[in-house]
Amino acid sequence: MAEKHFIRAINEALADAMSADERVIILGEDIAAAGGSFKATRGLLDRFGDKRVFDTPISEATIAGVAVGAALTGFKPVVEIMFMDFVTLTMDMMVNQAAKAHAMFGAQRSVPMVLRTPHGGGLSAGPQHSQCLEAWFAHTPGLKVVCPSNPIDAYGLLRAAIDDPDPVIFVENKALYAKRVEMPEEWPQIEIGRARVARRGKDVTVVAYGAAVDWAEKAAEELARDGVGVEIVDLRSLQPWDETSVMESLSRTHRLVIAHEAVEAFGVGAEIAARMADVGFDELDGPIIRVGAPFSPPPFAPSLEAVFRRDANDIVAAVRRTLR
Amino acid sequence: MTAERAKSRYSAMLRIRASEEALQKLFADGRIPGFVHLSIGQEAVAVGVSSCLRDADTVSSNHRGHGHTLAKGVELEPFFAEILGRETGLCRGRGGSMHVADFSKGMLGANGIVGAGLPITTGSALALKLLGKGDIAVVYFGDGALAQGLVHECINLSALWSLPVMFVCENNGWSEFSPTSRQMATSLRKLADAFGVEYRAVDGNRVSEVAATAETLVAGMRKAPAPAILECATTRVRGHFEGDRQDYRTASEIQSLPARDPLSLARAEMQVEGVPPDWFDEVAKQIAVEVNNAVAKALTAPPPIDADLAAGVYAGMGSK
Ligand SMILES: Cc1ncc(C[n+]2csc(CCOP(=O)(O)OP(=O)(O)O)c2C)c(N)n1
Ligand SMILES: [Mg+2]
Repeated sequence: MAEKHFIRAINEALADAMSADERVIILGEDIAAAGGSFKATRGLLDRFGDKRVFDTPISEATIAGVAVGAALTGFKPVVEIMFMDFVTLTMDMMVNQAAKAHAMFGAQRSVPMVLRTPHGGGLSAGPQHSQCLEAWFAHTPGLKVVCPSNPIDAYGLLRAAIDDPDPVIFVENKALYAKRVEMPEEWPQIEIGRARVARRGKDVTVVAYGAAVDWAEKAAEELARDGVGVEIVDLRSLQPWDETSVMESLSRTHRLVIAHEAVEAFGVGAEIAARMADVGFDELDGPIIRVGAPFSPPPFAPSLEAVFRRDANDIVAAVRRTLR
Repeated sequence: MTAERAKSRYSAMLRIRASEEALQKLFADGRIPGFVHLSIGQEAVAVGVSSCLRDADTVSSNHRGHGHTLAKGVELEPFFAEILGRETGLCRGRGGSMHVADFSKGMLGANGIVGAGLPITTGSALALKLLGKGDIAVVYFGDGALAQGLVHECINLSALWSLPVMFVCENNGWSEFSPTSRQMATSLRKLADAFGVEYRAVDGNRVSEVAATAETLVAGMRKAPAPAILECATTRVRGHFEGDRQDYRTASEIQSLPARDPLSLARAEMQVEGVPPDWFDEVAKQIAVEVNNAVAKALTAPPPIDADLAAGVYAGMGSK
């Protein structure tokens, strides 16, 4: 059976979406002729031409704004922001324009655009090329945020994001780009807002997304050796997030750990923990524990970045703590 | 023919003026919530430019957007209802004065963020160019916006990509309470030059001049997509917003304003061309009735009452 790389899945999702709907156009820095900094858009210029695939100047605010305007004029733009750290420059366009247009204009129009961007560290890329800033967007009414953990979800979620009538932030973890999976016969369809139970287990629920799902898998293997059953809920979609699936899992295991690569404080995990402490209060037999990065910019030196980054060991420790 | 055009432009300007005077009064009476920025004294820009536009052309605007909106053909009653915060408003009372939009007329929205209309309109121009029907996009912005990086980014991008976007700068000399001379170290003319974009400067209070120049630019843009910059020298007669006492302006500046009034200037020109005084009286009467009726109807509309605010946030599936 054929294997697929994560980055290849992104590339195929873009190509298939462009074939399916000629309103889909893609824009970004170095994405056309060069095929993208991470090669997600390789070959698309040749295949779809320069009226569908645009190399832009280094003007992130304008790239995002152009996508908003083209979306309001009937197109379905997909923009690539080279590193998630650079989304700071798009914030007005995403937060004040794209996110607001549907509500603010009384539902006259929506903004069917996608902003794809890679987050995450482990490459010694330093404080401005490693951050996970998805919580900012999840905090903004009007935006949707998804973050796949594997190639199949990457394909399905990107197709869903492009089809979606609302602006979607599509977050790709750089560490996953080289990840491969065995391809099923066909790419499955995935709905935004639906989590996936990645592993069944009876003792504790670990909610994770993106690269943290891999850490959770590793942690689960280790804990299984001690007879601890870990259920992994891969969120896939952060806004909206699948409260029902998390709640169902919690009511089976009664313990909850939430893991992400992003800084722990005020993050996605905080929202999930707060909701579960409310609606899931009666189900909880232990403290809800978050696993996230310490409150520091991602450091450069490999020795320091290793301290900054969470991994399977942190999840194992968190699980042991909530089971205590 | 020329007289007919002058008449229709004059009526359009008067319609904006009368509407904004009505808003001024409604605001003073405490009937408009929030901020209101009036464009009294600047009507010739919106009308001169819009007289060269068709329905499929798109426009976007800034915080001072009533004139741009009405000049694009937006109807009065839902316009007033929006600014009054009513369910029958163009945006069902969700936007207000700074966010009036009417997509059925190609009006992509006023904007509360200075400079934000430029990339949105540049994107709209990209879409219109790809559609290939010769339609163009127009963005109105103030001289204060020139200090925003977006202006530079968008002139650059639209020049690189030959996008049919017209950047219309209403230079009224003020950015809120500060003169533009303290905000900008260069000029729009020099920027246009630097990026190699076609640039015209006009007396923005003479509607015939705005229209003639805009016509030339628009005709060129429809034939061969490319950006153009139109800088209009104009006058902000009212405060930055209603309620602004304008104690930072000199008496001589304020005294100079009536002589620059776009309606008076147009009327003088038209009278020379033989339009009789009766015509002006008649049109003033008609417009007063039209505006009064629209305001009265808008005022009877209910405020939006929606128990489920979250329902309007997304077009697709809801969220948390
Ligand atoms: C990004 C941003 N910064 C500041 C403001 C506050 N503000 C509103 S209007 C304005 C001045 C704008 O001047 P100009 O663009 O010349 O327009 P004018 O009011 O003269 O029509 C300022 C500073 C804002 N709305 N948005
Ligand atoms: Mg100004």
